[in-house]
Amino acid sequence: MQAELIDIRNHLIQHAPFYDMPEELVNQLTASIEISYVRAGTQITETGQISTRMYYVRSGAVEIFRRSGELYNRIGEGGIFGQFGLLMRGQVRFPARALEDSLLYRIPAETFHHLFENDENFADFVEIEDRSRLRSAVSRREKSNTLMTSRVSRLISRKTVSAPTTVRLQEAARIMTDNGVSALLLMGGEGDSERLTGIITDRDLRTRAVTEALPSETPISEIMTEGLITIRASSYIFEAMLTMLHNNVHHLPVMDGHEVRGVIALADIVRYESQSSLYLVSNIFHQQHVRGLKKISLGVRDSFVRMVNEDANSHMIGSAMAGIGRSFTQRLLELGEEELGPPPVPYCFMAMGSMARDEQLVVTDQDNAMILDNSFVPEEHDEYFLALAKFVSDGLAECGYTYCTGDIMATNPKWRQPLKVWRGYFTDWIENPKAESLLNSNIFFDLDGIFGRTEFAEELKTLITEKASNSQLFLTLMARNALNRTPPLGFFRTFVLEEDGKHQKTFNLKRRGTAPLSDLIRIHALACGSRAQNSLERLKSIGETKLILEDDLSNLRDALEFISIVRIRHQALTLEAGGEPDNNVRPEDLSPFERSHLKDAFQVVSNAQKFLRFRYTSQATRHV
Amino acid sequence: MSETPFMLDDAKRLPWPEQYEALANSAKAPVLKAFYEAGCASPDTPVSEVPMVALDFETTGLEADEHSIVSIGLVPFTLDAIQLSHARHWVVRPKLPLHQMSVTFHGITHADIYNAPDLSEILEEVFASLNGRIPVVHFRHIERPFLNVALQYRLDEGIRFPVVDTMAIEAHLHPDRQPSFLKRLVGEKPLSIRLADSRTRYGLPHYAAHNALIDAIATAELLQAQIQHHFSPQTPIGDLWL
Repeated sequence: MQAELIDIRNHLIQHAPFYDMPEELVNQLTASIEISYVRAGTQITETGQISTRMYYVRSGAVEIFRRSGELYNRIGEGGIFGQFGLLMRGQVRFPARALEDSLLYRIPAETFHHLFENDENFADFVEIEDRSRLRSAVSRREKSNTLMTSRVSRLISRKTVSAPTTVRLQEAARIMTDNGVSALLLMGGEGDSERLTGIITDRDLRTRAVTEALPSETPISEIMTEGLITIRASSYIFEAMLTMLHNNVHHLPVMDGHEVRGVIALADIVRYESQSSLYLVSNIFHQQHVRGLKKISLGVRDSFVRMVNEDANSHMIGSAMAGIGRSFTQRLLELGEEELGPPPVPYCFMAMGSMARDEQLVVTDQDNAMILDNSFVPEEHDEYFLALAKFVSDGLAECGYTYCTGDIMATNPKWRQPLKVWRGYFTDWIENPKAESLLNSNIFFDLDGIFGRTEFAEELKTLITEKASNSQLFLTLMARNALNRTPPLGFFRTFVLEEDGKHQKTFNLKRRGTAPLSDLIRIHALACGSRAQNSLERLKSIGETKLILEDDLSNLRDALEFISIVRIRHQALTLEAGGEPDNNVRPEDLSPFERSHLKDAFQVVSNAQKFLRFRYTSQATRHV
Repeated sequence: MSETPFMLDDAKRLPWPEQYEALANSAKAPVLKAFYEAGCASPDTPVSEVPMVALDFETTGLEADEHSIVSIGLVPFTLDAIQLSHARHWVVRPKLPLHQMSVTFHGITHADIYNAPDLSEILEEVFASLNGRIPVVHFRHIERPFLNVALQYRLDEGIRFPVVDTMAIEAHLHPDRQPSFLKRLVGEKPLSIRLADSRTRYGLPHYAAHNALIDAIATAELLQAQIQHHFSPQTPIGDLWL
């Protein structure tokens, strides 16, 4: 390449897939380019033509069509087209027409194949279409994290130690000591019908047996934990981690069908997961005061950054952060009850929004509520619950979970009500929906009981599941609200930036990305009668009803993962630089790869919104 | 511009293809002989069928008789495609003392110039790209006269060829580019037909670097745009060259 062509090379390397290309290859590429100017309206390639080159748009814009004549894509500065025909060493697959006066760099087939054979990134990039390109970006990332590629079975190092449920306390303790294990599996039944029925751990021996001074002859079945949470041997390690986080357990029996393969302990995972969000959680439960919790909360952000640096995916990070938030809340409720005495009537403490969805990040406020038992009498009991709510809410604020600006907190009397009132709320929202009130109550449709009588929350979920799928008007209005926030993609697949206020020249990855996605997933899930709260699990339920085809579902999953992870990485980088994280990203802070994939992901959101609009607003005109 | 002394005034009035034939016979220097023998497209050839070469010189000044060539950039092209694989750039040692170089040259250091070859050493390479092609320049009063003087000096004979001048095309397209007295009073500026400004009118990108090669490429792109907007692929080359 002539050194004087550097201007041309420099333009190429600002764009995927030339960004990371070895210098020698980019130089060869530059030297092989043919430049061609085309006027707006010029047919650049026609279906059936022999493909002899790939095109790079240096300036202007080009439209790509399907054979049916339908617009397939619009490509602006820095974009490429014509690669598919070349790959098949055949005919033009998608005809192209100049939308604006454009300057095109033509890359001859010979160069294309040379790049294809010598640069894996380039090959990956051109080989796959936008959507699948997004998928491979997501999976490439995940492959580098062992938690996501290694199976639980790999962690089973020691032999399984078990005993029949009939053993006595002292005998059980001796077996554990002799074998050097911290957990003992307890088997009920005999012979072929032998089944895992319980577990006893070191901690159980301390807290249940020793502190209660139980006689050594106590049957172990009286103090063992039943209704075990287990994990399949084929699960990935990160799933085991999430299970531990979500349920606050430190031992998981590993099952192969009904057969016990072993037990994995917290410590086994911590070896893989050095950022120790699990340690953080177990530490939370050891704190006796709010000030201790506050001290621990300072480590939450470090834990977040470490997970990002270890290439955890957004599901892991979101679940870990939600698990941590849930643990703070649970511990605060325990401390609150210690201070205020036992509750006068049963209650359930609920989390709403991102914590309920297991999609929490570091920048988050508290969204919570209380469901009280129907025997609740305000004059007699509310003083207690207000005090408890305030204790938790203030404690959470101390720990970095800021007060909810929309006042969706248990301290608000409206959201501290007996179950029957809550049933009335949801019935009204669903059966007499109004667009405006739904905007405010949207957040209640992501709910999770996290403390106390969680079955109250389950009852509300059941009510929602039964009613929502039958109320077309409710779904229609929810859909209309969900369409208010659109992805920041302009006509030419350029980013549309915020023009107002202090976030000029940025776009908001939450408001314009993950939020519209989780909104539309929620609506489909409600329509399908799903009880799931997590967006990925909701997608799974949606898939089971075939409302959305598997291909489109994977696109949604990938888009959600990609936008989330860019948002997460942006926050982690800000934290590492000592800044205050937010959701506003400047396009120039993204790598060309991120920019390109993000556009693909936003396109998926945009298409999904079109489907939502088609499905609901067209029906609205019929029914309303 | 000093003309070749061996040429009859009559021959100068011949159409370019015939003139090339006559010059092929009279030229002494092998490079020039070969250049003319490669021929010149007939004036009625559609521009889309004419091989062209965009040419740009950086010089120590504007007068061919006083100043020297510092660098040469060229790129062969057609209306359809500009071939970067054949793009060339040379720095050459100017004949004139360096203290005369009041102009700064982008990316060319004095050391480059001291180590550069004399134009005579690279003539064959340069002509390999010129032969059989119609030169295209932006502002015709530089490349043709400078090359003519440089060859006169080194080979003792000059050179003649037609050029397509993208600046002249812009001038032709915008005859009223000087605003009237009244419009100048209200601040209207004359329309610029400089290379970068002309390119902007066709939506062509801005090039950050300036060197003879990038300017040659920029000129080739501009001609492609001009023809597609204001002429046609069938326009005879004879209507465009000067």
